[in-house]
Amino acid sequence: MTSLHSPDYEQLRVSDLHAFYGESHILHGIDLLVRRGELVTLLGRNGSGRSTTLRAIMNMVGRRTGSIVINGNETLGIAAHLIPRLGVGFCPEERGIFASLNVEENLLLPPMVRSGGMSLDEIYEMFPNLYERRFSQGTRLSGGEQQMLAMARILRTGANLLLLDEITEGLAPVIVQKLAEVLIKLKNKGLTIVLVEQNFRFAAPLADRHYLMDHGQIVEEIGAAELSSKQELLHRCLGV
Amino acid sequence: MTMLFGIPLSVLFGQLLLGLINGAFYALLSLGLAIIFGLLRIINFAHGAQYMLGAFAAVLGLNYLGVNYWVALVLAPLLVGALGMLIERGLLRRIAGEDHLYGLLLTFGLALIVEGSFVKLFGVSGLSYPMPEQLKGGYNLGFMFLPTYRAWVVVAALVVCLATWFMIERTRLGSYLRAGTENPRLMQAFGINVPLLITLTYGYGAALAAFAGVLAAPIYSVTPTMGANLLIVVFAVVVIGGMGSIMGAIVTGLAMGLIEGLTKVFYPEAANTVVFLVMVIVLLVRPAGLFGKEA
Repeated sequence: MTSLHSPDYEQLRVSDLHAFYGESHILHGIDLLVRRGELVTLLGRNGSGRSTTLRAIMNMVGRRTGSIVINGNETLGIAAHLIPRLGVGFCPEERGIFASLNVEENLLLPPMVRSGGMSLDEIYEMFPNLYERRFSQGTRLSGGEQQMLAMARILRTGANLLLLDEITEGLAPVIVQKLAEVLIKLKNKGLTIVLVEQNFRFAAPLADRHYLMDHGQIVEEIGAAELSSKQELLHRCLGV
Repeated sequence: MTMLFGIPLSVLFGQLLLGLINGAFYALLSLGLAIIFGLLRIINFAHGAQYMLGAFAAVLGLNYLGVNYWVALVLAPLLVGALGMLIERGLLRRIAGEDHLYGLLLTFGLALIVEGSFVKLFGVSGLSYPMPEQLKGGYNLGFMFLPTYRAWVVVAALVVCLATWFMIERTRLGSYLRAGTENPRLMQAFGINVPLLITLTYGYGAALAAFAGVLAAPIYSVTPTMGANLLIVVFAVVVIGGMGSIMGAIVTGLAMGLIEGLTKVFYPEAANTVVFLVMVIVLLVRPAGLFGKEA
């Protein structure tokens, strides 16, 4: 099983992925590859198809064609609830904290998908605020705490491929800093992370590679080392 | 004889007890409707037919197979629950995500077909179910006579209602149900088999209705339309309590039974309309219902 642990192991391979919401054709042939332990970002403007790419991987959009291989399994034909069981944790853009559940119930909600997840104690150690508020209703938390909760929730499940959608959106700089620290810790644990991010300054120092998206296509793949030489392209596509 | 506002106390308590029993049935039935509406977003018009099927299962089981009351109390809900799961898998699933109206029309149509077939088979006059031996008789409480069976109905309904509430509000399975009610898509993305959860929920709701049907068999006439008559009031109870609210359904069910009982004592002419009057007032003051969270 050496291939499972080698850095070249393909955790996620998406090939020629097209996705549709009803009549609208959103993704036009996405190809991307994420190896074990990598942190990869999807950069792009609003509406460029980054969130849809994550949702398509989770089988949460309408129709899809092409191929999505997760941990060696083709997932295009399988039911949505079986995809997380391949070791995928999804943190949605709207955070998806359940109002009818308290913080601890929210944390315990997603079932374990594999062994090696963080225990409740470890999670509370990483996010002390959540421990203090564990019996509060989930949606009574501040935006930052809700984001922590949405992240913490998938760390318990043992998922080793995390799909994180806009986790810094609308949060105070001190919370964004905290999230960066968390991501570094998770990366050091060997987790594979796909990050959809608007905040380029947040993503740039963390990521191994970036995929630049526009109009439902990947227009460029940029390694961490090439960032400075591709500044002009980034300016043009992101408007930063 | 002791009087209160010109009414003999024994009459008052007698009507309150009858009201409490009706309330127990309202609570059981509206609870099932509330659970089903919460997760499936379907207004289950077949609920009355499922209640009637429970009562008929008890009668037919006794007459043809010699199944006694206590066995029927377990078996009839299982049978009707299984039938409910088949209906969900085969029919309701196909219209999931469509307008509420489709689910309403489909379940209403099913109820008409089932009730019509039973009228054809058994007539409209109704069958009777013998009181189980162990629950015959009653107690003289001094101020009134309490028939054992009626006390049993109230206790059994309350126990089942509270156990259901506990299961939904305090257990892991219940947290899946509550979360699934809010955001089924995300639940799938966590690896929870939401289609299965939906099937089980509909089955459980139908089973609750059948349980109420078996409880009703010895005291009400078992007729094909027994559920249809009751269901209208039960819908009013669900609306008053707040669509999809579990505790709301239980508390409102009991309260509406009692209010009906009181009305029978003080102003009998209004007894059949008082629940709807309450519904109108509640909708004017709190459109989401007494226990409803959002509009």
